[in-house]
Amino acid sequence: MTTASAETPILEVRRISKRFARTPDFAERLAGMFGAKFDARVVHAVDDVSLAVKHGEVVGLVGESGCGKSTLGRMVAGIIPKSDGELYFEGAESAMWNAAQAQAAQLAVQIIFQDPMSSLNPRKRVRDIIGEAPLVHGMVARDAIADYVSDLMLKVGLDPGYKRRYPHQFSGGQRQRIGIARALAVKPRFLVCDEAVAALDVSIQAQVLNLFMDLKDAFNLTYLFISHDLGVVRHLSDRVAIMYLGRIVEMAPTTELYATPNHPYTRALLEEVPQVGTGKRIYSVVKGEIPSPLNPPPGCHFHPRCPHAMPKCAIEQPALKQVAPGRFSACHLNDQN
Amino acid sequence: MNSEISPTAPAASSSTVDESRLRMLWREYAERRGAVVALIVCVVLLAAAILAPIIAPQNPYDLSVIDIFDSRLPPGSVNPAGFTYWLGTDGQGRDMLSAMIYGLRLSLFVGVLSGLLAISAGVTVGLIAAYAGGAVDALLMRVVDFMLGFPAILVALILLAVLGQGVDKVIFALVMVQWAYFARAVRGTAMIERNKEYVEAAISLGLSRPRIVFGHILPNCMPPIIVIGTMQIAHAISTEATLSFLGLGLPITEPSLGLLIANGFSFLLSGLYWISVFPGLLLLVTIFSINIVGDRLRDVLNPRLQK
Repeated sequence: MTTASAETPILEVRRISKRFARTPDFAERLAGMFGAKFDARVVHAVDDVSLAVKHGEVVGLVGESGCGKSTLGRMVAGIIPKSDGELYFEGAESAMWNAAQAQAAQLAVQIIFQDPMSSLNPRKRVRDIIGEAPLVHGMVARDAIADYVSDLMLKVGLDPGYKRRYPHQFSGGQRQRIGIARALAVKPRFLVCDEAVAALDVSIQAQVLNLFMDLKDAFNLTYLFISHDLGVVRHLSDRVAIMYLGRIVEMAPTTELYATPNHPYTRALLEEVPQVGTGKRIYSVVKGEIPSPLNPPPGCHFHPRCPHAMPKCAIEQPALKQVAPGRFSACHLNDQN
Repeated sequence: MNSEISPTAPAASSSTVDESRLRMLWREYAERRGAVVALIVCVVLLAAAILAPIIAPQNPYDLSVIDIFDSRLPPGSVNPAGFTYWLGTDGQGRDMLSAMIYGLRLSLFVGVLSGLLAISAGVTVGLIAAYAGGAVDALLMRVVDFMLGFPAILVALILLAVLGQGVDKVIFALVMVQWAYFARAVRGTAMIERNKEYVEAAISLGLSRPRIVFGHILPNCMPPIIVIGTMQIAHAISTEATLSFLGLGLPITEPSLGLLIANGFSFLLSGLYWISVFPGLLLLVTIFSINIVGDRLRDVLNPRLQK
């Protein structure tokens, strides 16, 4: 799947970060003037992440809830601004974009959301949900929009006869298809799927996943597939990146990552994938809760839960280093041997 | 594309989807008989107000048709010319029924117009506060707090004391005391709506900020706006009546319902009940039915409650 040419990645982020700071309100600033101390509460939702996605590739992004994977996806999709770092789309850096390029990049990267109910405007008909953006951007003429919407609905597996309906008149899987058609309407080249099947029934999940794969070929798409479900990611992805508390801890081609996980966190996650027929098992590998991103542990974020933690792990942050061709891992254990 | 993705049938069970939205709303609305009655009352009152010059038996502003010798006649009296005063006459010999229809016309005009202006102002402020956030939000909301901190009637009284009498001045005063309610309510709803994923989707689709705020967020804020709007129209009518009753609202030449009540007030203890009581009842029925309609609209307009 991975075309090993030296082409520029369709999308790349370099050392990108997102910090959410709670700004002190007026009363606190006033008190601050008189010497009262308030802790600056800054959440490093995404911390110094670099990731490149090649044309036609499917990259899985895996992590526990709150590890920053959705924040990364939203930065990539241009919904929330980045705090730091560089974002490249087809080789052009976002800071260098002119207005037209910024608009083109905004439309070229679309996002599919987790909740198919709240991601569709409940007061708009399906035809307006899908047809509004291409009409506004002048991609489709007003008299051609009806056919354009019908065509898209067919392509995502919806009956165009239902285009006058409202989102609440559809089932969860159909709503997700509406969301996909809405994203496809602006002719994107890159789709961020943010837990796009997590809210669906298992049987519907499979249908929607197959739809994603069919559309990939039909529309020549590239995916960043965000999920906490290792099974789904394994099924779809060419490459997988594992995130923990805002940082990527391991990145590798899918088959190699699942066969020989390098990072202790990845190993722990793979241990936890439920398997048919295992019966009762004790999940003891990952001890404890994911720490608060408000107050992350120093050094390697994973060290309080890591079975192999060394004194060094609490002090020094391990860098994401190449451990084998195409495989990256951020763990001090790799330096020892 | 391949054929394995077959169109699937929507989950909605009813086959009435292509029915117009208005008709669907009406069907829902009509499930409550009381609400239908209230709506009919509202429509009749509105029609009476609009058609006042045609349906009123007498023009209360035309002094040539008013006979001072007919003053203070009880309901049902017939004057020598054969004209029946179904609801009696007031102190000047005016037919109460005609005066009430004209009074209703003025009260509804003032109430509805001030309500609509207050909605426009309040909704704009609320949406801007919710979408801009930060310092803009804080500043606008402190202004709203300031406005809501004073009793409406006090603010209106002060404004009218400064501005003087007149329909335009009353409307201005009513807008000033009402817009803050809308601003607060809309801000709250819009803050919830702007965090929903359909707004993020709209941002991702490159839609402009005004389009997102007014085209996507505003329609989802409509249920509270409609409910508060109808309540506030009713409230505006009663506030105007209060102001007129206190002698600060409309000029005596343009009697609204409140002024009619005030005029009859001095006769109340002499047993001439009709001069005050009938306009009062009309005011009560008007406000009551507007409120019922507003309540029902809130239930019907919420798509998540639709079956």
